[in-house]
Amino acid sequence: MDTSKDAYWRANIRLVTGCLIVWFGVSFGCGILLVDFFNQFQIGGYKLGFWFAQQGSIFTFLFLIFFYAIRMNTLDRKYGVRED
Amino acid sequence: MDLQTLTYITIGLSFVLYIGIAIRSRASTTGDFYVAGKHVHPVANGMATAADWMSAASFISMAGLISFLGYEGGMYLMGWTGGYVLLAMLLAPYLRKFGKFTVPEFIGDRYYSQLARVVAVICLIFISFTYVAGQMRGVGIVFSRFLEVPVETGLFIGMGIVFIYAVLGGMKGITYTQVAQYCVLIFAYTVPAVFIAINATDNPLPQLALGSELSEGSGYLLDKLDKTLMDLGFGDYTSPFNDKSMIDVCAITLALMVGTAGLPHVIVRFFTVPRVRDARISAGWALLFITILYTTAPAVGALSRMNLITTVNGTDGSGTSYAAIPGWFKTWENSGLLAWFDHNGDGKVQYAAGNAFAGNGKPVFAGEQRGPHRERVTSNPGDGKPVGNAPFANEIYVDRDIMVLANPEIAGLPDWVIALIAAGGIAAALSTAAGLLLVISSSVSHDLLKGTFAKGISDRTELMAGRIAAGVAISIAGYLGLHPPAFVAQVVAFAFGLAASSLFPVILMGIFNKRMNKWGAISGMLTGLTFTLGYIIYFKGIFIEPFAANIPENWILGISPEGAGVIGMALNFIVATIGARNTAPPPPHIQQLVDDIRVPRSS
Repeated sequence: MDTSKDAYWRANIRLVTGCLIVWFGVSFGCGILLVDFFNQFQIGGYKLGFWFAQQGSIFTFLFLIFFYAIRMNTLDRKYGVRED
Repeated sequence: MDLQTLTYITIGLSFVLYIGIAIRSRASTTGDFYVAGKHVHPVANGMATAADWMSAASFISMAGLISFLGYEGGMYLMGWTGGYVLLAMLLAPYLRKFGKFTVPEFIGDRYYSQLARVVAVICLIFISFTYVAGQMRGVGIVFSRFLEVPVETGLFIGMGIVFIYAVLGGMKGITYTQVAQYCVLIFAYTVPAVFIAINATDNPLPQLALGSELSEGSGYLLDKLDKTLMDLGFGDYTSPFNDKSMIDVCAITLALMVGTAGLPHVIVRFFTVPRVRDARISAGWALLFITILYTTAPAVGALSRMNLITTVNGTDGSGTSYAAIPGWFKTWENSGLLAWFDHNGDGKVQYAAGNAFAGNGKPVFAGEQRGPHRERVTSNPGDGKPVGNAPFANEIYVDRDIMVLANPEIAGLPDWVIALIAAGGIAAALSTAAGLLLVISSSVSHDLLKGTFAKGISDRTELMAGRIAAGVAISIAGYLGLHPPAFVAQVVAFAFGLAASSLFPVILMGIFNKRMNKWGAISGMLTGLTFTLGYIIYFKGIFIEPFAANIPENWILGISPEGAGVIGMALNFIVATIGARNTAPPPPHIQQLVDDIRVPRSS
């Protein structure tokens, strides 16, 4: 593997790691492990921890995938590995 | 026009649509049959993936599960959506770059081993048949409840429809019927949800209605629900860990996430798009289309629970006399999904915490016999003692599937909405069944025949073999639907555990760990599959009596059989890593292959 592809792979791993930390944080973190802490706060009729478990994490997942897909397109171009 | 005629027309029209699409998109090559010629637009693929993946359980059972679990329902919501993040970032783009037809084919090539390929086929067939049994059952149930035909008849009709478009069109036919089925099912799910959201809170968006104030002016919906449930002796709705421990919720959520990412019929959908970057964005579209249903479901769950309580216990909370109970109660009582036993003998129906019936809580009906109030007679009433501070004992049994199926009736919505729910439930079940049957038939014709046992066959013969395999798979699925191992949602949960513990780890390591070799992969897959299956059978006893009581004290680390996939997955990773360390590294051309799938355009 030449250096540019190596660098592409490292950049990819960094991006994925970051996204997965957020993925873990909103679902297992805010929605399960820290749910009692977040339930102290209320937004509208939602307790915050409950909201993360039933809606917030899903919206975050959705954002994450689109963010990842768009960032990867940039990386593809930057490292010259974009398909035609 | 009466409800039944309307339902027949709606379902009939939806079938005409599916068959029409199937005839327009017949498969003429194996490429069409397995991966729709790799011409599917990412948005269309996203829609097809959403339908492929949202099963009868998502459509019929999930909101009901949430409405009885409250907070813990979140594990299904997060579990079945979080998997798409893993799929988009860890699997889909690389498998698309690999660019062949099936998941076992990737495993066979990457681990340079026919044995690995055959083991993967076994895992795939196991997972897919477990899952498809639930779908066929779902079709039968919807038919029997809405059209009052026997479950068997409904099942045969469903098999016939799937047969036509799966055998004729293969992946190409399935893709475009799934797009249509998505439209039918999402419309059917959201329309009643919007109606009940407006009824209860004046807010048309179910996603917001859940956090809104009730229009009758008694404060926030969730606060009211918490209070009402506690008064009836239940745990409150929004507080965590009433029903399950924290570790179990974590395990089940993770097992569902990883299982979603490891389901072969979902993965293979990403083989059908033209380019690697389409596979990435397509996962996003899929999740968007899924999110529409998945963020509606918690609102449906909470609102329907509230509706149930107010309808049964009345506005003064003292119960409703059986003579005055709405018609839907009696309709569903006739189908055996509702039952009433008048514990305190006041002639009123009352709903509170606790089981109204002895044994596993389900009623045993004494045939069609009727009691003093014309209710169906049951032979196993419970002890009739109130639970906690509840004002009365629970007198009814409510099957959780009712929450979606009877929702329009409970909320008093027009007949056409009810007909729509029936068509939507069938669309959800058929689309998933077709996707599963296709991966089963392609792994038989492509991995077992073409790849292993009959390498010399021509493209035409392989295509014919694929069609025959699809036909046989449908028949077996039908048989499993007639003799299901357990009820729908439960069967589906096991498929996730098996996918999480067998396929996901070896695919992941195949991409991210160059040192992983065939012995590691094979031993890992077998360990994961055996452990998870063993754990489930040990506590649940499919086909045989369970070995031990299915209670937290007996579980490993307090993880229930539903979350067992997580332990299986961990064992898979450990065994595979140890196995690979102690055997020869993969040959250079395999390391080259791994380098190659990591970049979208190879030089």
